[in-house]
Amino acid sequence: MKSKWIVTVLGVALAGILAVGCGEKKDEKKAEAPKQEAAAAKKLVLGVAGAQSGDLASYGLPSVNAAKLVAKEWNAKGGVNGMQVEVLPMDDQCKPELATNAATKLVSEKVAIVIGHICSGATKAALPIYKDAKVVVMSPSATSTELTQSGDYPNFFRTISYDLIQGNAAANFATAELKLKKIAVIHDKGDYGKGFAESAKKAIEDGKAAKVVMFEGITPGGVDYSAVIQKIKAAGADCVLFGGYHPEASKIVTQMHKKNLKIAFVSDDGVKDDTFIKTAGVDAEGVYATGPQILADNAVFKKALADHQKEFGSEPGAFYSQAYAAAQALLNAVAKAGSTDYDKVVAALHSEYVETPVGKIKFDAKGDAEGVSFSVYQVKDGKYVLVK
Amino acid sequence: MEYFLQLFFGGLSRGSVYALIALGYTMVYGIIELINFAHGEIYMIGAFMGLIVAGVLTTLGWPVLSILAIALVVSVLYSAAYGYTVEKIAYKPLRSAPRLAPLISAIGMSILLQNYIMLAQTPDFLPFPRLIPELAFMDAVSNYLGTSDLFIIATSLVVMIALTFFIKFTRMGKAMRATAQNRKMAMLVGVNVDQVISVTFIIGSSLAAVGGVLIAAHVGQINFAIGFLAGIKAFTAAVLGGIGSIPGAVLGGLVLGWAESFATGYISSDYEDVFAFLLLVVILIFRPAGLLGKQRAQKV
Repeated sequence: MKSKWIVTVLGVALAGILAVGCGEKKDEKKAEAPKQEAAAAKKLVLGVAGAQSGDLASYGLPSVNAAKLVAKEWNAKGGVNGMQVEVLPMDDQCKPELATNAATKLVSEKVAIVIGHICSGATKAALPIYKDAKVVVMSPSATSTELTQSGDYPNFFRTISYDLIQGNAAANFATAELKLKKIAVIHDKGDYGKGFAESAKKAIEDGKAAKVVMFEGITPGGVDYSAVIQKIKAAGADCVLFGGYHPEASKIVTQMHKKNLKIAFVSDDGVKDDTFIKTAGVDAEGVYATGPQILADNAVFKKALADHQKEFGSEPGAFYSQAYAAAQALLNAVAKAGSTDYDKVVAALHSEYVETPVGKIKFDAKGDAEGVSFSVYQVKDGKYVLVK
Repeated sequence: MEYFLQLFFGGLSRGSVYALIALGYTMVYGIIELINFAHGEIYMIGAFMGLIVAGVLTTLGWPVLSILAIALVVSVLYSAAYGYTVEKIAYKPLRSAPRLAPLISAIGMSILLQNYIMLAQTPDFLPFPRLIPELAFMDAVSNYLGTSDLFIIATSLVVMIALTFFIKFTRMGKAMRATAQNRKMAMLVGVNVDQVISVTFIIGSSLAAVGGVLIAAHVGQINFAIGFLAGIKAFTAAVLGGIGSIPGAVLGGLVLGWAESFATGYISSDYEDVFAFLLLVVILIFRPAGLLGKQRAQKV
């Protein structure tokens, strides 16, 4: 009996040390459970789905903040059509299987408008559920080309441009600006990374100025990518074009430098995140990444930034402007439509212009925001700066 | 030829990583025939403890190699305590239960530890300081082998030799072998079986911690989920080499590392895992007990 006590005490003590040892405990505010039964008629619930925990949380949390700020602004003016806006966050960790759960939950809460999801794979998994329930979905960050271009999801919109354009931008930058000739295209086999890589590859081959010397997928989460790096080296590539997210990108650049392979590394907006610079450290220097264009002179952009600073006391993270724009576009459409009726909201999104941090936008027939595009950034002294 | 050698050494260092973790799986299996799924998590916890120690000592400005040494010692002790406790809490009460029960308990422990670290620490990736300096004399061969690769290969070699020695020539090692052969019989002749099992878990967890710190320093980043894939690969290595056999775990790790490295190098990294597991299937068809595993008569 005595030994059982010892074990219990030991277990608790061990657990304690690690919890206290680092003291980095985040007091995450859990989603305030919506009181849907009370006054459902007077409330407009804005669902925000995406990675709010897990290793890609840094992409999803800014959109929750953005939605809250936009909702607060509308509420201060008396709400949308007299309805107070309430933000309902839903976590999917960027995992398709969790995304379908999140979507089902939002649908069962009778949410009519949703910002999300964050990752393309998760968005693709969740969209059929929203489509059947006639829910309008707007992603700030899911860039997979087929989401809009396939025409399968008339209920889907986005405030970011898509991978075909992003892949072209990255490919053009590598071949025309950096004048590189032999390009190794690597991806993480995911919907997003592979989509980006394929469109970049096509753009390079069509451009004829450079050659794709290698096109391969790697296993995400692996401990070691040295074999692939040796292969890049043997292929004589002068540029690596990577489609995927930052955890793999930082491992690849680190190991490239360890193997004395110091060639240009061009990647996508999954890498254009400060977490990448933090984990890759000095090896991040010089890395190029495409990312949504930032309109630094735009008045709404400045206001959105200042509001975030005031409310949360920090710089907003990735896709904040896009999410802010999505929240504005959705609420504006509901206001113009006069109700949350699906057909009217969709029609309003296609026809009504709205001033957002990403410019004055409306949505084209496929659901893509008109006028948004990608720029190229480079890591200099631990920060992403605009190159082109 | 140069390309071949590069892939060869790349596979060697990758395989040593798998081997270091696989040793813990194989030891525990050898003694109590349990697949300790929480082993990958002990590896992850070792890496986290290493990060905490390294973080503190780096701000104090200590020399890198001494930080590495202290981080290793602390995380070994800490992970060993974890391994000991996990066994006492999750496996010991189930020792006479049907074999599926401790297996489920192990999976549960793995999920629990992973989520606990995610909540107590952070879900983000954390940068791990470069604790292994690039030694000057390695410059000449850095195309094939970096200093951290050398560290990992040397460590798993030393550990394997020390373990073999420990099991062959010490009293405790003899008790382990006795327990592995027949637990009841060992108990009857006076072996303290509980103690033997505890020691096994402590050693296995210590090795995982060493692996965790070295590999984290090599890769340069950690998060709560790194134990999962590493654990799966190491478990595969242990089965490939013959689970329960210590040289088998090392050989299995190396074969797996080479298979992946050459598959990537000569075919395509898209098929890296396909070839690694194809190899596992083929080997298990011809040698069901693994490369160095002993064919044991089934106890009925």
